[in-house]
Amino acid sequence: MTRHDPSVSRRDALKCLAFGSAGTLFTLSGGILTPFDLASAGTVPVTGTPFFVQISDTHIGFTKEANPDVGATLKLAIERVNALTQAPALVLHTGDITHLSRAAEFDTAAELMKGLNAGELHTVPGEHDVADATVSEYFQRFGAASGNRGYYSFDHRGVHFIALINVLNFQPGGLGALGPAQLEWLAADLKGRSASTPIVVFAHMPLWTIYQPWGWGTADAEEALAGLRRFGSVTILNGHIHQIIQKTEGNIRFHTARSTAYPQPGPGEAAQPGPLVVPADRLRATLGLTTARGTKHVSALELADATLN
Amino acid sequence: MPRSTSPAVATLSPRRRGPVALGLGILASLVLATRSAAPPVPAVIELKAFMFAPTALTVTVGTAVAWKNLDAEPHTVASIDGAFRSGALDQGESFTFTFAKPGTYRYVCSIHPQMTGTVIVTAPP
Repeated sequence: MTRHDPSVSRRDALKCLAFGSAGTLFTLSGGILTPFDLASAGTVPVTGTPFFVQISDTHIGFTKEANPDVGATLKLAIERVNALTQAPALVLHTGDITHLSRAAEFDTAAELMKGLNAGELHTVPGEHDVADATVSEYFQRFGAASGNRGYYSFDHRGVHFIALINVLNFQPGGLGALGPAQLEWLAADLKGRSASTPIVVFAHMPLWTIYQPWGWGTADAEEALAGLRRFGSVTILNGHIHQIIQKTEGNIRFHTARSTAYPQPGPGEAAQPGPLVVPADRLRATLGLTTARGTKHVSALELADATLN
Repeated sequence: MPRSTSPAVATLSPRRRGPVALGLGILASLVLATRSAAPPVPAVIELKAFMFAPTALTVTVGTAVAWKNLDAEPHTVASIDGAFRSGALDQGESFTFTFAKPGTYRYVCSIHPQMTGTVIVTAPP
């Protein structure tokens, strides 16, 4: 990925955002969020102010070989956010804040994330955040936004954000699930909303089936997508799989983010999903975050994001 | 998936504590199982390579079943009907549940729901 364009002015600034070749930048233009790979960002003129940042799968509490210091890599991600030319209004954390749902892990994560120079922090839980016997540690801290339901919506700069929870009520052998109550709420939330409203959906597990044997998908996602198809611009952001995989279906763009903690194998590329040990000097190149940037220059943007590796 | 192999089935009974226990029925067995100075030998299910081993286990009422996670990844033990739910089990950690009622208990790891298992609890012979 070496393209040279000496006329580009923002390359250096953008390099600051990237972990090696990692990281994806979103631009909001005409209601379309366009991601492209930061490694080639130097060839794309980008203007506008930082809109939001997505971080995911921080797994605070993980100590094993794949990354013995997940606090340090989260701090690094926070430094990248704080190095943006303007503070983003929003940070979205798409889950697996902690590794074992333990109170001390949530406390450590909260302490680290206090260092984020950003307007608001919005979260959804991953399955690692609701693994305590009483499923209460996450909701005690982050439940207020959703009335302890885990799903909620809000508007920001004309964009409608929808947070969904798909890590409860697993069925044996199955995928994640949204459940009837949440689907009913979503239908009501979308009802009467103008089709020109840009929509950003964020949830932990992918809302399309990436790899069923590993549970990388959401069983009843299709019911949610059916209600989203009439909108002109829908961006669905997930974590969970610790790697960038994306696709576009009509007006719906699906995008999974890298982790700040450790990579995972590609779908089916190992006996099981889980932490992938890479040489220490290559670890940071497998981690990342996603930044959305508002821009007025739509036509110059091109899609150049990495997909399966 | 490795689970296409047929599940291993094991049958364990709580250790008998003499003729008195035999005649007291389910309730008394339970009391003895939980209060006796010599508790029943617990049945152990290992969590290994993203599998519950044995996948299906049959025990008599009053048996304490222990799940031990041998994987580097954390797992949980969560019954479908809500009868029991562990917290996250890190490598080497265990969760124990004593079955007080006969029945078929299906459970999953809530972190990796592709992991499934069953405990069948029978009345004492």
